Amino acid sequence: MVRGSKKPRFGILDVIVLAAAIAAVAYVTYRVDSVLVYTWDWSAIPGYLFRYDEDLGHWVPNLLIKGLITTIRISIWALIVASIMGTILGVMRTSQRLLPRLIGWAYVEFIRNIPPVPFLFLFYFFISSQIIPLLNIGSALDQASPATLGVVEFLFGPANLIENFLSGLISLSMMSAAYIAEIVRAGILAVPKGQYEAGSSIGLSKLAIMRYIVLPQAIQRVVPPIAGQFITLIKDSSLVALISIQELSFLAMEIAISEQRFFEVWLFTGLMYFTICYACALAFGRLEKRMGRHLR
Amino acid sequence: MTDHGQENAQRFADAGRPAIIRIEAVNKWFDDFHVLKDIDLTVGAGEKVVVCGPSGSGKSTLIRCINRLESHEQGLIEVDGIELTDDNKRISEIRSEVGMVFQQFNLFPHLTVLENCTLGPIRARGLSKTDARALAMEFLEKVRIPEQADKYPSQLSGGQQQRVAIARSLCMRPKIMLFDEPTSALDPEMINEVLDVMTELAESGMTMLCVTHEMGFARRVADTMVFMDHGEIVEMASPETFFSTPKSDRCKDFLEKILHH
Repeated sequence: MVRGSKKPRFGILDVIVLAAAIAAVAYVTYRVDSVLVYTWDWSAIPGYLFRYDEDLGHWVPNLLIKGLITTIRISIWALIVASIMGTILGVMRTSQRLLPRLIGWAYVEFIRNIPPVPFLFLFYFFISSQIIPLLNIGSALDQASPATLGVVEFLFGPANLIENFLSGLISLSMMSAAYIAEIVRAGILAVPKGQYEAGSSIGLSKLAIMRYIVLPQAIQRVVPPIAGQFITLIKDSSLVALISIQELSFLAMEIAISEQRFFEVWLFTGLMYFTICYACALAFGRLEKRMGRHLR
Repeated sequence: MTDHGQENAQRFADAGRPAIIRIEAVNKWFDDFHVLKDIDLTVGAGEKVVVCGPSGSGKSTLIRCINRLESHEQGLIEVDGIELTDDNKRISEIRSEVGMVFQQFNLFPHLTVLENCTLGPIRARGLSKTDARALAMEFLEKVRIPEQADKYPSQLSGGQQQRVAIARSLCMRPKIMLFDEPTSALDPEMINEVLDVMTELAESGMTMLCVTHEMGFARRVADTMVFMDHGEIVEMASPETFFSTPKSDRCKDFLEKILHH
């Protein structure tokens, strides 16, 4: 491929930009170091990663690791739920029928045009605190066998926090689904008309054309923007701390306050987010290379 | 009845074949543009019809109406005794009897050659994977590319892709095949490999309607030539008559341009 064979070039402009960047970093370091007069103390962090449990007699994850696990758990579930919702909504938005198109449109515009913070609070007041308790998940889990409970805890986290987890999951999925719907819609619109005609002419139903011909191509075409959206979703999961979902940011905030170590805790938390997001970006980079190579 | 309508009836009565496609007084508009004007055309089982004419004459639209990729606004289209209406069940019944080959091939780029061929039989006909595979290999051998079965369309040449498209249609075991300028998007050296496959298909007794500018192929294969211009059927005749003594000036003009360039 021609694109891959480009030689890296390095000119005078690059030198200037690089020098400016180094200077900026050096200045900030200098300000923090000498002007801010801050005594760094990282000693509190390790204790919040793991702690020794006297009763159990071994090391167990502490708040930061627990928060990280919740964040990963909530992100994976939200990715799945938002992808399914987003795909359905995206297909609805391209429907020839008015009603599905209207529903898809209303949903996307509603979510897209209010910022996440008001949305989360609205969600919390009206859905999370009104509807989720009606599901009686707590009492259902009380009667569950230890084996079932084990599986549920592995999938959704500690039983006592499950309602809390679900609120976070649903709100996060709802927000992300709107954006995924738009990406999927763009992917569907990029599939040429001839593909539908070829599908019709070999006798496939509209549903079969969508399922076997259009959607696979649409999704292969939108892997890069979907990757961006997934990474946004992982980062946005920190917003659900606002409605007391006990994920990484929520717990980090508590630790930062109780230890009075804001810089250290937030720097470390940022690094944890960076690690999972960057891992996700790398994985998608590989996927992108494998998928879509047959599309012209 | 229009002139060509009488011509059509006469020609058809002479041939003595049972009708498989009946098109009567069909009209169609794209907004204000009258794209098909009073079209009458009867095609007998096993007949090969070649439709030609200048671009924008409505020839593609006409054959696309036969499997309802376009809908007609007036008149009657009947395929194998089933009248085409808005009824989805009838449309899919007719589509499963009518295969179509497109100018731009329209293969499914995300599927292998074999999967392109088995998708219809599996999802529309309900064949098992094994049966569909056997069927697909049979037709891929007919179009002489069984060795490409596991490749993706983008790895094939244009001529090979078009032959796959023909095999894909044949896998539905259609009674009628429609060809919409099947060689117009091909490099010159690949045209013949596609025309050879089409000629063999014609010899096997398939009913074919073919929009093409390949007049050599038309002469060899066609039972009937149809010339269209400005949405009308201007002339309809056997290839001998059509090429030696065209009646209308429009048709003479067209043949002049296409045969002596």
